[in-house]
Amino acid sequence: MHIAVCIKQVPDTRNVRIDPDTHTLVRQGVESIINPFDLFAVEAALKIKDENNARVTVVTMGPPQATEALRDTMGLGVDDAVLLSDRAFAGSDTWATSTTLAAAIKKMGDVDLILCGKQAVDGDTAQVGPEMAALLDIPYATFVKKIDLGDGNSIRAIRQTDEGTEIWKLPTPALLTVIKEIGEPRVPSLRFKMRAKKAEIPVWGAADLGLDTNCVGLCGSFTQVVRIFSPPRRTDRILIEGSVEEQAERLFNYMKQSRVPGI
Amino acid sequence: MDYFLTEEQKMIQELAAQIAAEKVRPTRAKLDENDEFPWEIMKTLAQADLFGLYIPEEYGGMGGGIFENCLAVEQLGGACIGVATTFAASGLGAYPILLFGSEDLKHKYLPQIASGKRLAAFGLTEPGAGSDVSGIKTTAVKDGDHYILNGSKQWITNGGEAEIYSVLAITDRSKGARGASFFVVETGDPGFSFGKKEKKLGIRASATRELIFQDCRIPKERLIGREGMGFIVAMKTFDKSRPGIAALGVGLSQGALDLAVEYARKRVQFEKPIISFQAIQHKLADMATKTEAARALVYSIARFMDSNPNDVSKVAAMCKMYAADVAMEVSTNAVQVLGGYGYMQDYPVEKMMRDAKILQIYEGTNEIQRNIIGQELNKEYGRMKDTFF
Ligand SMILES: Cc1cc2nc3c(=O)[nH]c(=O)nc-3n(C[C@H](O)[C@H](O)[C@H](O)COP(=O)(O)OP(=O)(O)OC[C@H]3O[C@@H](n4cnc5c(N)ncnc54)[C@H](O)[C@@H]3O)c2cc1C
Ligand SMILES: Cc1cc2nc3c(=O)[nH]c(=O)nc-3n(C[C@H](O)[C@H](O)[C@H](O)COP(=O)(O)OP(=O)(O)OC[C@H]3O[C@@H](n4cnc5c(N)ncnc54)[C@H](O)[C@@H]3O)c2cc1C
Repeated sequence: MHIAVCIKQVPDTRNVRIDPDTHTLVRQGVESIINPFDLFAVEAALKIKDENNARVTVVTMGPPQATEALRDTMGLGVDDAVLLSDRAFAGSDTWATSTTLAAAIKKMGDVDLILCGKQAVDGDTAQVGPEMAALLDIPYATFVKKIDLGDGNSIRAIRQTDEGTEIWKLPTPALLTVIKEIGEPRVPSLRFKMRAKKAEIPVWGAADLGLDTNCVGLCGSFTQVVRIFSPPRRTDRILIEGSVEEQAERLFNYMKQSRVPGI
Repeated sequence: MDYFLTEEQKMIQELAAQIAAEKVRPTRAKLDENDEFPWEIMKTLAQADLFGLYIPEEYGGMGGGIFENCLAVEQLGGACIGVATTFAASGLGAYPILLFGSEDLKHKYLPQIASGKRLAAFGLTEPGAGSDVSGIKTTAVKDGDHYILNGSKQWITNGGEAEIYSVLAITDRSKGARGASFFVVETGDPGFSFGKKEKKLGIRASATRELIFQDCRIPKERLIGREGMGFIVAMKTFDKSRPGIAALGVGLSQGALDLAVEYARKRVQFEKPIISFQAIQHKLADMATKTEAARALVYSIARFMDSNPNDVSKVAAMCKMYAADVAMEVSTNAVQVLGGYGYMQDYPVEKMMRDAKILQIYEGTNEIQRNIIGQELNKEYGRMKDTFF
């Protein structure tokens, strides 16, 4: 079984600052970490590998420095890594990111299971996983907390939803996005770390993926960031407390005072 | 300080530091309070490949030496020497096999110890034989293809938790210093059992138990080395393991120093951070200097020992003794810097002070270390023909 895990390098949000003038993240001097949810995805893949004959490949689209993130996961026991890096990929929105990642999965050829984090802690859209599945035309499930291998042609995924848990059976190849409950990431091992240090990590660009540069990066993005700002703080809010009846009465009185039409 | 570590040594240090920070620091108070054996952490250390640092690759280890092991032990010791002792004691149990065991014994036991699948322990001390090892009473009598052990061992670290024990017993009392031998005893061997778990001042995450042998029958191939080599095996094992105890001391000192400096910068009295008082500064300065001196001593001796020199008893004793004394002093002063807060269990320094004491006692008390150093000096200078006058 071949499992591909998509990981993203993100700024360490535990200590990022927001520029008070531009309202954007101050990225300078902020350490990059692996998106925490993607580490859960790596752990999920390694758990499967612990008990089955599986090969795990991690893939990331990012600048050359992202190789470090790939090596870190190899220190945990991941077999292979691929970096998707090309000037043409710069400025990708979620669609362009998904297009690029999907092309990489296709190029690998034999992937049975794709694992993503439930969302990236910086972009936060939770779109890349499902978009990739759509582009690859394979089934997917989000917010997965447990994965069971089925008969070889399908997997069972347990999803956590607001209403409860759902058990899904998906034919493979399939894509899952995972949540924290899948299991805490393990610590690295010395042997794996030493191997990771020496590992050759291939870099695939647009040409390697057979992608037209107009379909990736800024050119291939449907959306563009025009402006980023923090929403202005709303100050005209009051909090009504008490029992339901008291709250209703206070709200009613408040509306009367405020001359809400019809009251 | 830059000790010019190799890439690999830095990797070991980082990995052990990560486990110390993520797994040991958050749990140490609870382990201490409940006298709880740190199985979860041992599993993590096993998975991280740290149990086999000093074991050759052909026996499943990482092929490093004493120095590599010290680097890991130091980092773990910085968080909790109870946990780190548990880890290090497996090495103490492994060394007799590694140094003197037959190929069969090495191939059988070292891979299990290196992978951390099974813990090892070292059984020497008895109620009547502490510093004076020659007082042991446990016997091993040959009976055909077996040895039969009778007697008991006291205060054995990892006792009851480990599955592989290197045990010293008298094989021929008439031969005196050449009458003892080491054996491998396994959990489950007939006639082998454990006494109750000891209640201790410190290192409470470490389990200490009595080993009891009642007509304990083991195959004769479990003899380590030859009959009569027991005391030599013990001495050579201690030579290898003492830098590890020293590394525990360095780690503990650094851990206590880190807390003391951070606290002194924050704690305000008389409208000033207490670190602005010279009395506190001088205390911290001495703590930092001695910690660094202990580290420099341990690192250089461990590296020297990895070059396989002939006689290392003196230097091995020096680093154990010095780092243990520094750890006791630094942790005591850390409590002083934290004042009443330092005395409370809400802060980790009182535990460090309780823990530090063991470093001056086990693997040969510091008095015994000084005896060894003194005797070696006497021998060394006795061989010299020149005079210094
Ligand atoms: C409207 C919009 C415009 C943007 N414009 C730009 C821009 O101009 N320049 C710019 O640099 N960025 C831009 N971004 C950010 C960038 O597109 C996203 O960070 C990226 O597409 C991933 O989306 P996300 O962070 O929301 O990830 P999510 O969809 O939340 O991530 C889900 C999962 O997908 C996988 N994943 C996500 N990204 C990657 C990746 N790169 N490699 C491997 N796996 C991955 C991970 O498994 C992750 O857990 C833009 C984002 C948006 C929403
Ligand atoms: C928590 C713990 C864990 C231990 N783990 C192990 C283990 O895993 N395996 C094992 O075999 N043992 C273990 N021990 C035993 C330990 O090694 C002994 O306690 C130690 O060697 C000292 O022996 P003793 O306690 O009998 O003290 P004693 O030998 O009775 O010494 C009492 C005092 O007299 C001093 N003294 C004795 N002889 C001399 C001398 N000739 N010159 C000067 N001073 C002297 C000592 O330094 C000490 O201060 C452990 C002990 C403890 C407390």
